[in-house]
Amino acid sequence: MPETILALEHITKTFPGVRALDDVGFELRKGEIHALMGENGAGKSTLIKVITGVYQPDSGRILLDGRSVSIRGPLDSQRLGIAAIYQHVTCYPDLSVAENIFIGHEKVDPLTRRIHWKELHAQAAELLGSLDADFDSKAIMGNLSVAQQQIVEIAKALSTRARIIIMDEPTAPLTKRESEDLYRIAEGLRDKGVSIVFISHRLEDMYRLASRVTVFRDSRYVGTWPVDAISRDQLIVAMVGRSITQLFPKRKVAIGEEVLKVEGLSRTGYFKDVSFSVRKGEILAITGLVGAGRTEVCEAIYGITRADSGRVLLAGEELRAAHPSEALERGLGYLPEDRLKQGLVLEWAIAANVTLPSLERFSRFGWMNRRREELKAKELAERLEVKANSVHDLVATLSGGNQQKVIVAKLLTGNMKVIILDEPTKGVDVGAKAAIFEIMNELAQAGYGIVMVSSEMPEVLGMSDRIVVMREGRVSATLDTADATQEKILSAAMATATTVATAATAAKERP
Amino acid sequence: MSERSISVDRPRSLRRFFFQWEWLLVLIFIAVNLINSSLSRYYLNLRSLVGSTNSFLDMAFLVLPMTFVIILGNIDISVASTVALSAVVMAVSFNAGLPMPLAAILCLVVGTACGLLNGLIMIKFKELSAVIVTLATMIIYRGIAYVILEDQASGHFPKWYSFLAWGSIGPVPLILIVFAACAIAFGLLLHKTSFGRKVFAMGNNLTAARYSGIRTDSVIVAVSALTGLMAGFTSLFLSSRMGSTRPNVALGYELSVIAMVVLGGVSTAGGSGRIGGPILAVFIIGYLNYGLGLVNTTANVLLIIIGSLLILSVLVLNVRFGGHRRPAPPGARVIAPGKAPDEKA
Amino acid sequence: MSAEAKAPARARANRSGEGFRELGLLVFIAILCIAFQLRNHSFLTLANIKDLLDNTAILGILAVGMMLVLITGGIDLSIGATIALAGMTSALTGMAIPRINPLLSILEGMAVGLVIGSVIGILVARFKVLPIIASLGLMNIVRGVTYIESKGAWVSAYQMSDDFKSLSTGTTLGVNNLVLIALVIFALFWYFVNHTKTGRRIYAIGSNPDAADVSGIPRRKLLWLVYATMGVLAGLAGVLWVSKFASAQGDTALGYELNVIAACVLGGVSISGGSGKVSGLVLGTILLGMLNNALPLIDVSPFWQQFIQGIVILAAVLTNVAVKRNNQRLALRKRAI
Repeated sequence: MPETILALEHITKTFPGVRALDDVGFELRKGEIHALMGENGAGKSTLIKVITGVYQPDSGRILLDGRSVSIRGPLDSQRLGIAAIYQHVTCYPDLSVAENIFIGHEKVDPLTRRIHWKELHAQAAELLGSLDADFDSKAIMGNLSVAQQQIVEIAKALSTRARIIIMDEPTAPLTKRESEDLYRIAEGLRDKGVSIVFISHRLEDMYRLASRVTVFRDSRYVGTWPVDAISRDQLIVAMVGRSITQLFPKRKVAIGEEVLKVEGLSRTGYFKDVSFSVRKGEILAITGLVGAGRTEVCEAIYGITRADSGRVLLAGEELRAAHPSEALERGLGYLPEDRLKQGLVLEWAIAANVTLPSLERFSRFGWMNRRREELKAKELAERLEVKANSVHDLVATLSGGNQQKVIVAKLLTGNMKVIILDEPTKGVDVGAKAAIFEIMNELAQAGYGIVMVSSEMPEVLGMSDRIVVMREGRVSATLDTADATQEKILSAAMATATTVATAATAAKERP
Repeated sequence: MSERSISVDRPRSLRRFFFQWEWLLVLIFIAVNLINSSLSRYYLNLRSLVGSTNSFLDMAFLVLPMTFVIILGNIDISVASTVALSAVVMAVSFNAGLPMPLAAILCLVVGTACGLLNGLIMIKFKELSAVIVTLATMIIYRGIAYVILEDQASGHFPKWYSFLAWGSIGPVPLILIVFAACAIAFGLLLHKTSFGRKVFAMGNNLTAARYSGIRTDSVIVAVSALTGLMAGFTSLFLSSRMGSTRPNVALGYELSVIAMVVLGGVSTAGGSGRIGGPILAVFIIGYLNYGLGLVNTTANVLLIIIGSLLILSVLVLNVRFGGHRRPAPPGARVIAPGKAPDEKA
Repeated sequence: MSAEAKAPARARANRSGEGFRELGLLVFIAILCIAFQLRNHSFLTLANIKDLLDNTAILGILAVGMMLVLITGGIDLSIGATIALAGMTSALTGMAIPRINPLLSILEGMAVGLVIGSVIGILVARFKVLPIIASLGLMNIVRGVTYIESKGAWVSAYQMSDDFKSLSTGTTLGVNNLVLIALVIFALFWYFVNHTKTGRRIYAIGSNPDAADVSGIPRRKLLWLVYATMGVLAGLAGVLWVSKFASAQGDTALGYELNVIAACVLGGVSISGGSGKVSGLVLGTILLGMLNNALPLIDVSPFWQQFIQGIVILAAVLTNVAVKRNNQRLALRKRAI
């Protein structure tokens, strides 16, 4: 009879204006890998924060080994044997691996307060060994790759004798090979009796690792199923509440002449020999796993960074953008991957954000014309159906989807020929996703060339005309969407002899 | 999706209007004047009040660009050294035969060059904070002044030169007129032009400003050069007032200038502030100094007062308007665990 | 190149980068020694070396404290003023109580420094005031207080007790007191930053301040501690300074904080926080002390000293940046993309 190690019952958590968790439950059994799935904003991360003590629930209870516990802070949860590993590794880049593992609970001689370095490193080495790490405990954290840093995170969790490990989107920044390593580690931990909660947007992660899956939707608990008892479609219906076909309103658009051509673009250490082209009215998707170099390519085209070789032709003329302002002037716009840090000035209003890239259009000899600003912002915000009362509303008060629309509006203040959207629906709720796809369609119809960087297979297949797949800095395949399948894309995203085999096996094992 | 009309109305509230920092400054200004007039019956004399402005307005020229610098999220502690260097170069070149008007222009050129150098180093070596760059140039610029003039004084400026600091047009001192003109210019630049908008954008979110196509390097260099130019102005008026100059002039100016900007309600976190506050603060501190001087308080007491004002202003700003947003050094990973940049709860 | 080989190579490269820097410093010091000696034969005399060590000792005591501050990503410009106030206070007390035990004078100075450092620490840690602003403000407040306390007058040699003056000029076990104190402090702090939990945590808060909060590290307390320690050391240095030069004035140690920062930067302490080694610091201190000592000996006018000091700081930080960029470039090339 499988034992329950952790149970949450009737948990509710409300923040001002939003109910993040609405009477949800969750049950984790000993020694299982349990997948937690749902759209962004469904409440998964809030649940994790409740389990790790970052938040305290407004009502409900938490049972550990059948006993009710109260987790008042991260240290409490650590003491109870709960550890979490997140997508973004927090570490001390200047300190060694061993110190990163043991910071907060260093081995100290009680009398002299002296750190027992030998013991520290020995224990660290042991942990690293059990995870098959390829680096030693004296390495400086800042020099490791993201995958290696994640292994350190896991070692950190193990060092606290965690019995429950929560992994929140751990494979997002990893290559396929590194993800495989992580799967092995997770399975190894499970075999040793650790219970794991695994959050991922990738269905393949779930099918590969988990024995049960729980779905949250709109802050509510939807259900829990054994992984082999629920089909992919059923799972998606549970997550989004509607079947997949409704999501992608791709329309037929007349495709014109070539408007963007990238030839042999390279930047040492980031990408090499990247070539693709986009035509007017066309939506080109660039996909691949995180770390493949897609954003780096876009940023080089846009002028944030400089490519070392290769060239970019915009409407037939060469574009060597040394700075984003040049790209914008010539007609190439970019919606950045990190909406909050790169896309918006959060303390500002909608109008001020919208006009930022093209201040010259709203000023004469430098003198700002506020009226013109406000009117243009109003026009664009209404056209994109931003949910706001006034153009003077602060963008920080908008939802993710509406913030994304404001950034799109920014790009529409000038005369663009090509718009690059980097993960446009990341962190956006389902309703707003559909709205953004609508906007993309309109733009395509209006004759823009659209490049969409995305990690979401369904949206890549649903919205694009052609697909470029990148893997470890190079283009590994260029496909017509009509001929493309998830398997083809996946195999191009990870193609080596061994990984092709893995993909084939994985494909076979999927329901 | 329904059609919604979005308004262009700006939210206005009477309450918010009166809760602004500048009103507090007005109160403080009145308080300072009351205290001063109670300390000395010679204080409330309009002519001497207006005339005394030349003792502190030379510094005020620096307050204007320093406001830009701090709104950008930077700081510049080399301004006093720039003043010294440009003054020394002007005096020495005049005494070597250069006609005074040209020497004065040279003063402005040197000041601007010093500022330019600051800006260029900052944009070419973005890993370095403004603190360390201006710390180094602070030492270097004054060091050069010492190399040129050692511990001597240099001056003997032509008679007409003292008109700059001591002259008036009608009842109004020339320096006040020039400062007023500069203040208006800087105010318009900050609040009404696209340049000013860029400065605020960069102070709020440098990355987003860059991604939005703002040439951040140009803005930084421009603001630095402007700061240097204004240091040249300070130099001109200071030298005119004192009649001569030495390498150790303007010692401690950076403290007073920064204190005035911060007292004026400009947050050291960057991204916010209005030109009116620092201008009010100039007069607050200026008249405080003047009033204390009337009762023979030593300069040391003023040091203590300005230092305390600086810290108090920052404290109050931090507590009232939220803590200082710690700017991340380039390349730092400052994401707290679990918080993806786009995460909704 | 396989993943297995990449990381240790990178780590090795970084570690050897550190060692390389210190070797470079050592070589540079040696070359300077030779150059100075050639220019002026009295450089490497016992008397001069003794003088050099004495001055460097005070610099070293301060540099250790500043290193901790810099590691947390902060800065402290107030230490010159703290030296002055601590020195003046203990000198005045010595004047008022002529038979006072000099050790009590030291404690008094350290207490003054502790108060000042604590205030800065609270401002920075609790009230989130920028370190540059807090220390700039306090620098002037403390300096003003010093002048007022001294009523504009000096305390000169004949007003100080012999015991007091021999604090710095005397010897214990054959070694100069100053050098002995500096060595003890170096040793203490070397142990502290390398072998204690608190010491390593200070590096942590400089390396990633946000993570420190979540790791259960008492960031604010440690931040306060760092500035308080700097204050105590500055107070100690103040008493020693006044004892060594047998004079306490309002403008004692004016601008000395810049010397201290220069020594740290030369010694490889990162201005942006997170790294710095005591071994590098010792070398940086010696180098700067040598420069200060030798320049007058080789007829460099004292009026050039400030300029040279500024160039040295600028060159040192720019070099640090260049080295870091080079490391990054090498690491990128290894990615084989």
